[in-house]
Amino acid sequence: MRHIISILIENESGALSRVAGLFSARGYNIESLTVAPTEDASLSRMTVVTSGSDEIIEQITKQLNKLIDVVKLIDISESSHIERELMLIKVRALDGAREEIVRLADIFRGKIIDVTPSSYVIEVTGEKSKLDAFVQTLPTDAIIEVVRSGTTGILRGERGLHV
Amino acid sequence: MDLSGAEIVVQCLKDEGVEYIFGYPGGAVLHIYDALFKQDDVKHILVRHEQGATHAADGYARSTGKPGVVLVTSGPGATNAVTGIATAYMDSIPLVVLTGQVPLPVIGSDAFQEADIVGITRPCVKHNFLVKDVTKLAETIKKAFYIATTGRPGPVLVDIPKDITDPRIKVPYEYPRSVSIRSYNPHLKGHRWQIKKAADLLLSARRPMIYSGGGVILGNAAEQLTELTRLLNFPITNTLMGLGGYPATDRQFVGMLGMHGTYEANMAMHDCDVLLAVGARFDDRVTGKIKEFCPGAKIIHIDIDPASISKTVRVDIPIVGEVGGVLADLIEVLRASERQQDRDALSAWWDQIDRWRSMECLRYDRNSTLIKPQFVVEQLYEATGGKAYVTSDVGQHQMWAAQFYHFDYPRRWINSGGLGTMGFGLPAAIGVKLAHPEAEVACITGEASIQMCIQELATALQYRTPIKIVNLNNGYMGMVRQWQEFSYESRYSHSYLETIPDFVKLAEAYGHVGLRIEKPAEVRPALEEALRLKDRTVFLDFQTDPTENVYPMIEAGKAHHEMRLAPGVAAERELA
Ligand SMILES: Cc1cc2nc3c(=O)[nH]c(=O)nc-3n(C[C@H](O)[C@H](O)[C@H](O)COP(=O)(O)OP(=O)(O)OC[C@H]3O[C@@H](n4cnc5c(N)ncnc54)[C@H](O)[C@@H]3O)c2cc1C
Ligand SMILES: Cc1ncc(C[n+]2csc(CCOP(=O)(O)OP(=O)(O)O)c2C)c(N)n1
Ligand SMILES: [Mg+2]
Repeated sequence: MRHIISILIENESGALSRVAGLFSARGYNIESLTVAPTEDASLSRMTVVTSGSDEIIEQITKQLNKLIDVVKLIDISESSHIERELMLIKVRALDGAREEIVRLADIFRGKIIDVTPSSYVIEVTGEKSKLDAFVQTLPTDAIIEVVRSGTTGILRGERGLHV
Repeated sequence: MDLSGAEIVVQCLKDEGVEYIFGYPGGAVLHIYDALFKQDDVKHILVRHEQGATHAADGYARSTGKPGVVLVTSGPGATNAVTGIATAYMDSIPLVVLTGQVPLPVIGSDAFQEADIVGITRPCVKHNFLVKDVTKLAETIKKAFYIATTGRPGPVLVDIPKDITDPRIKVPYEYPRSVSIRSYNPHLKGHRWQIKKAADLLLSARRPMIYSGGGVILGNAAEQLTELTRLLNFPITNTLMGLGGYPATDRQFVGMLGMHGTYEANMAMHDCDVLLAVGARFDDRVTGKIKEFCPGAKIIHIDIDPASISKTVRVDIPIVGEVGGVLADLIEVLRASERQQDRDALSAWWDQIDRWRSMECLRYDRNSTLIKPQFVVEQLYEATGGKAYVTSDVGQHQMWAAQFYHFDYPRRWINSGGLGTMGFGLPAAIGVKLAHPEAEVACITGEASIQMCIQELATALQYRTPIKIVNLNNGYMGMVRQWQEFSYESRYSHSYLETIPDFVKLAEAYGHVGLRIEKPAEVRPALEEALRLKDRTVFLDFQTDPTENVYPMIEAGKAHHEMRLAPGVAAERELA
């Protein structure tokens, strides 16, 4: 099962490597990991997407909680939540293909944010599955470069992860 | 009061009440050594290798419950300490390790004797810090002691760049009386309702078993554990790390469990219907084949670390909390309960356990003309009245020490269980002796292990820490040889030590007494002689049977009821 673990962690040098090191040392999967400071400069918010049996996920959350720098965490995939990922994708766009690519981008609510005579950069956000689908839709020989941010997420409603 | 960083380090140690610091100097810590030189409160023990410093501090910590403190220089000094840090980490021992680092401005430039020790030790410390501001130094050291000694204990490393300790830069000093860390709140008190459920389950047991571990020692809860066990009249087994948590000479104690545990302990584990696990972590040496671990049992687990619970074995009633408090609460609930124990079932269970016991699984050949290692440990036990502090190294001798020295008191058995670090025994014994100068301290070791930190014999002389080194010299890495005998058709690949030094001369060269013992009849007199030499370290080199194996043994992948017994014991069982 895929899980999205949101972590509030002290914004200290080395904190990221403690989390990343924990996953590699204990052989846990990481699908993606994102991290950035929050409105409180002393805290970073990290989102780890991982997978494993219930037992493994339980161990992952317990082991993360044991890290001294981890202030709080929550497995947001256990509750109603929203997840988003940002993708920037550079495609070859020549003559006849240009129209078609714009149409596809529209369908996926993508924005074209850079244009040259032979290429576009398209920005798409959404759940991982939507981004996967968009990549699938494009002709493979059109793709020059794909950059994805990894998943971040937040709980629905008033409940949240804060100190 | 304005102090330099170096003075702050020393003043913090004083304010923390540190008696001893185990260390080795070098460029990056010279300012700190200069500050140490100018005072007498904190006594510095100069080891001969940084690994020895960590093990000595570790022995001090295990035998007292106080944190062990280490000071080493940057680069090679710090990397040499890593094995000792990992050893402490695996057994949850509180250490504060101070390492020198290159000056802040040159960190990351491959400066002379630079090593990223914070990065290197990250997976084997409870926490670590790099100090970047001298005004944060005292607070960081306070945090290090706080984290190392609370919750599930463990080593904490503080990396101190040389410019932070510059004697010319003075800042106001005040040692924080307490610290709070918003992200660290060790869970202390057990959940009342869980304790109530546990009490009910314990009282309903027909074939109960208590399995306790290092957490009882670390949490100073031997008294509560003993009271509970007696109250319930349950059989109890200890892990290797838990020995001494319950008196080994008591009738209710069925010996150690696990790979080299007793027949009765392992059989009782296999057949029990309620298992109370106390401060133990279901290590693979203990559980054997996980799928067949305690197949019919409901399990209660008391542990301070939630991550220890249901890690390898699912438990039915988890209780997170400090073991002493939880046991006290449990005793109170049990005493108040109206529920009656099934006394008939219990007595039938004890009959069964006594039948297993009557197998005498630890028997060995007492008529051998060779010195049996078990005999040496037995004689040491008797000669010291069972009251010595015993450290050990790693191998067969470690298992025999655990099986044949019956520990009635906590913190007397000092060994590396989790990491299994050869070289631990001698430096650890020095740390123990410093903490308990009046007590008898023995190091049970093997000719391979002792050579891994042999240089600490010099430390033992310098600080007059008379210890008795009991070398069970079988000429082999016996534990390795045993596995090769059982699993590799006796192909003894590189487990034979062809050039063993003359330990008597070696001991003498270091200024100690050396004795070589070749016959069983000489064993006891040699031990008595060594004990008589109160103020000398004595190296007793016992030439033991090179072919002896440790029994019983649960081989890899086997379950508790599938023990391999000593040939003599097994033959008798066939006949019966
Ligand atoms: C050659 C060799 C052979 C070995 N063979 C065996 C064997 O046959 N049998 C055996 O048992 N071991 C054996 N070991 C040791 C084994 O590897 C483990 O180290 C040992 O079993 C772990 O013991 P433990 O479960 O008591 O855990 P420890 O490592 O002592 O862990 C203590 C547990 O208690 C918890 N705790 C700590 N403080 C508290 C507190 N205050 N309150 C509550 N809980 C607390 C911790 O969170 C942890 O879960 C062997 C080792 C070697 C090197
Ligand atoms: C540092 C280290 N290296 C290797 C091992 C693997 N090992 C475990 S026991 C052992 C042999 C120990 O031999 P000795 O000290 O003579 O003890 P004996 O088993 O003969 O009693 C070895 C090599 C270890 N535990 N630690
Ligand atoms: Mg040997």
